[in-house]
This record gives sequence, C-alpha cells and structure tokens, in this order.
Amino acid sequence: MRFRTSRHAGASEGDMTPMIDMTFQLIAFFMVVINFAEADQNARIRLPESELAKPADVPFEMPITLQLTREGTVLFVGEEVPVAGLKPLLRREREILEYRHVKPSTATVIIRADAGAKTGLVQELMEACRDVGFEKFSLRAKHQEGT
Amino acid sequence: MRIRNVGRHKEEIRLMMTPMIDVVFLLLIFFIMTFKIAAPEGDFNIKMPAAAPVQGPIDPTMLSLLKVRVEANRDGRLTGVYLAEARMPDEAPFRALQERIRLIVGDDAGPGSIAEDTEIELDCDYNLRFEYAIDAITAISGKVRDGEIVKLIDKIKFAPLRKAPQP
Repeated sequence: MRFRTSRHAGASEGDMTPMIDMTFQLIAFFMVVINFAEADQNARIRLPESELAKPADVPFEMPITLQLTREGTVLFVGEEVPVAGLKPLLRREREILEYRHVKPSTATVIIRADAGAKTGLVQELMEACRDVGFEKFSLRAKHQEGT
Repeated sequence: MRIRNVGRHKEEIRLMMTPMIDVVFLLLIFFIMTFKIAAPEGDFNIKMPAAAPVQGPIDPTMLSLLKVRVEANRDGRLTGVYLAEARMPDEAPFRALQERIRLIVGDDAGPGSIAEDTEIELDCDYNLRFEYAIDAITAISGKVRDGEIVKLIDKIKFAPLRKAPQP
C-alpha cells in the first residue's frame, strides 16, 4: 500500500532565501575585488618595497609595462627577450602608437623590475626606450606596510 | 463562468531552485579560486627627455642639482651612499641621506620652494641591486609622517650609465 506525499515533501524543504542572499553577497564581494589587470603582473617579479609606493589616483594615459627579471631578461607583450633585443619590440610599439596618432613622448613606460635586478640594466632599459622615443618613465614598487 | 482554484495553481508552479543554486555556487567557486590578494603598487616618476645638451649661456633660474652616489660591491650589495661627495654613515645611510636633504631643501614643498627647484641626479653602480636604488629614490622623494606622505624632491633623474665591471 503506497501513499504519495508530494505535498508534504515540498513543505519540508528548508528556507533557501538566507543562503542564497549570503551566496550572492559573497559573489558580489569577489566580483568587486577581483583584479583583471593581472596580465601586467608577472609572479616571477618580486618588486622592491617602498613606504611611498601608493597606487596612483589617476591611471596613466598610455601605459607600456616592461618587466625586468632578476636574470636580466625583459618580459614584454608576452615575450621574454634580453635587454639588448628589446628595441625591435619597442619600435613596433611605437609604430602602433603612431598609427593611433599618439606621440610616443606622451606614453608612460612602467618598469617593474625585480628587487634583485641590476640597476645598470634598469638604466640600459630606460636608455633603450629613450632611443626609441619614449620619455616618461615610472619605476614600480610594492607598498610597504608599517614603517 | 469558472473560477480557478487559485490555491492549487500556486502550488503547481513552484520555482526550481536547484539549477540556480548550482550556477551560483559555480560562480562563487570561480571567484574564490581566482581571488588573489595583491599588494598595492605605486610608482616613482622619472623623466628622461631625449633633449640635446643646452647650448649658450647658463640659465640663472636653472634647477640646482644635487648628486647622490650609491656604491655597490660586485654582488650588488650596498657599500656606500654619498650626497655631493659627503659619505653617509654606514648605519642607516638612507635615513641620513633623507635628513641631509631635508636640511638643504627645508620642509616646505609648495610652489617656489627650494624643494621644487632642486633636482637630484642619481648615480648608481651598475651592479647595485635595484631595491637599493628604490630605497634611495624613496629617501629622496619623501617620507611618511603620521600616515601622510610628506614630499621632498620629486625631480629625479639617473646619471649617465656606468659601464658594467669587467670580470
């Protein structure tokens, strides 16, 4: 003898509303804090720390990010090249900017150099950029807490 | 005229919660997995215009130039910091450098102040680890006092490159 108790089964379901509320809150939180700019942040680079390094209020107009590893190679647009071999890539970048009617001197070159990289190489990097026509540079550092 | 049985009908179109909850949990898991705490990053601006050396008489309103020399040994470790030939003490050299610069330019950083008209030329050894260069730039460009950044000098340039030491 079977009884179907479909109505009863429905009534015994717990109230889902608070859980869904919570879950949506969590999703909203993670969506807000997610950082999609990570393409420009290679995990191999350990930035030097500085107490003055605060995120800029206004982002740069035309940022070009160059990352200098501890070994002395440069990560740029998905390629890893030595500092000496960077100029062709920079010229290509300059041509792209000129095609979009942007003067290379208004673009900012952001240099994310590893804390253990040689300062001389950073300077060579800047000179290579300057030879191609970039004039504004920005050395990136990580914010240091509590000093 | 038939009157619908409102009560029964309401029970028949119950919302299917299960697929929605599945998707919501998937989204939640995706965002948790991609979540990475990144320390905030900041920038130090350095301007290196490709201008040719200025010819003709020296402009009297030209910026006064201070030279900071940072020496390193072969491994890139810091060995000495100099401000205009004067060697800083080996104990906390960058703090001493900052104190000296504050004595020179004073504390006010408004327009027309000495700090505004002073430029620093940073002369680093080729092998110097980049973190020491950033330490020097930090000491030159300002300090944090009571959570506020007090600016000193923000015109910083690099001296012409020193050649790499031959092995």
